[in-house]
Amino acid sequence: MQIFHPSTNTIAKVSIYGAVFFVAGLLWTGNEIQRSSYVTGVGVARPQPVPFSHKHHVSGMGIDCRYCHTTVETAAFAGMPPTETCMSCHSQIWAESPMLEPVRASFRTDQSIQWTRVHDLPEFVYFDHSIHVNKGIGCDTCHGRVDQMPLMWNVKTLQMEWCLECHREPERFVRPREEVFNMNWRPPVDQLTLGRELVRKYQIRKLTDCSICHR
Amino acid sequence: MRRSVLHGGAPVLLCLLAAGCRQDMHDQPKYKPLAASTFFEDGRSARPLVPGTVARGHLKVDQHLYAGRMGNEPATTFPFAVTRAVLERGRERYNIFCAPCHGALGDGEGMVVKRGFRHPPSFHIDRLREAPVGHYFDVITNGFGAMASYASRIPTEDRWAIIAYVRALQLSQRATLADVPAEERKRLERLP
Repeated sequence: MQIFHPSTNTIAKVSIYGAVFFVAGLLWTGNEIQRSSYVTGVGVARPQPVPFSHKHHVSGMGIDCRYCHTTVETAAFAGMPPTETCMSCHSQIWAESPMLEPVRASFRTDQSIQWTRVHDLPEFVYFDHSIHVNKGIGCDTCHGRVDQMPLMWNVKTLQMEWCLECHREPERFVRPREEVFNMNWRPPVDQLTLGRELVRKYQIRKLTDCSICHR
Repeated sequence: MRRSVLHGGAPVLLCLLAAGCRQDMHDQPKYKPLAASTFFEDGRSARPLVPGTVARGHLKVDQHLYAGRMGNEPATTFPFAVTRAVLERGRERYNIFCAPCHGALGDGEGMVVKRGFRHPPSFHIDRLREAPVGHYFDVITNGFGAMASYASRIPTEDRWAIIAYVRALQLSQRATLADVPAEERKRLERLP
């Protein structure tokens, strides 16, 4: 007895053949989603309690990164400025601005301003700012042109493949130590020559052991 | 046919769906610096120090180094030798922390002042040229007038390095050509 019409043979064959594409498509989609800005947040400005502009403070006023991120050269954590740091200037400048009311309220009441973290590494990763800064990795290598960001966003995925890009070939990214905080520094045409020299000079190892970051 | 596709496909699909749902390792029950806490009343995981806490090896007994004082008077000397390295460190730290208001030359014409902050006195007036180094240390540490305390931002040794650099700035603004070494003088004279 014939249950199926002979034409269903074709459908069966196509569906078996098509399954390969279906699975490949699924994998591709998963991959794309995982690397998309929906997951990584790349280029997505985060809303903050105060619309703090790095562009204004760094490009406009010429304030060094380290004025606020005071521990970036000595500790794992770069340091988020306490409200007192904001008030060093804003006790007098824009002292009446409604936009800065959360800052003044924090200063009055001793309650922390709850900023939204932009660069949020997974907690199974060990990361130390000071070693990177002291070995000649510039701020903008990882954070992008923060001096041109009116609100903060991340320009890199912070995914492991991205970390390894540099940990495998630090000579592609390393710069002279005195240029680390210079946002306008651009790699020279012969970056590899400079990079290899600096890697030797700063004794930078290729750091691809799992336990370097997953400790 | 349909059943076998369901039997074969569903687990694969479910596995794919489940992947990335668990973030337990990503968000571990531990505090990263300055993370929010639901445990403490003020919502901070970073706990303020109990007043009077001294970290091991950090008892600040040296009044000259840590308070800029000698007896009851502001110190008139540096607590350590001022070398070229100290001056260079001082220049770097001065440009980070002081130049926004005091200006790169120490004349009080910094960018923040141009935007409306109260004008600080120039370092080149007689009163400040004659002020002992201990006075500068006290101002950096405790603040003065409109200026906030920088004690939490600038470590002790760096404060002294900055003061050394301020002294260099003061010298530079009253220097004459006779103070320039002969070699350098030639170069200066060639400048338009």
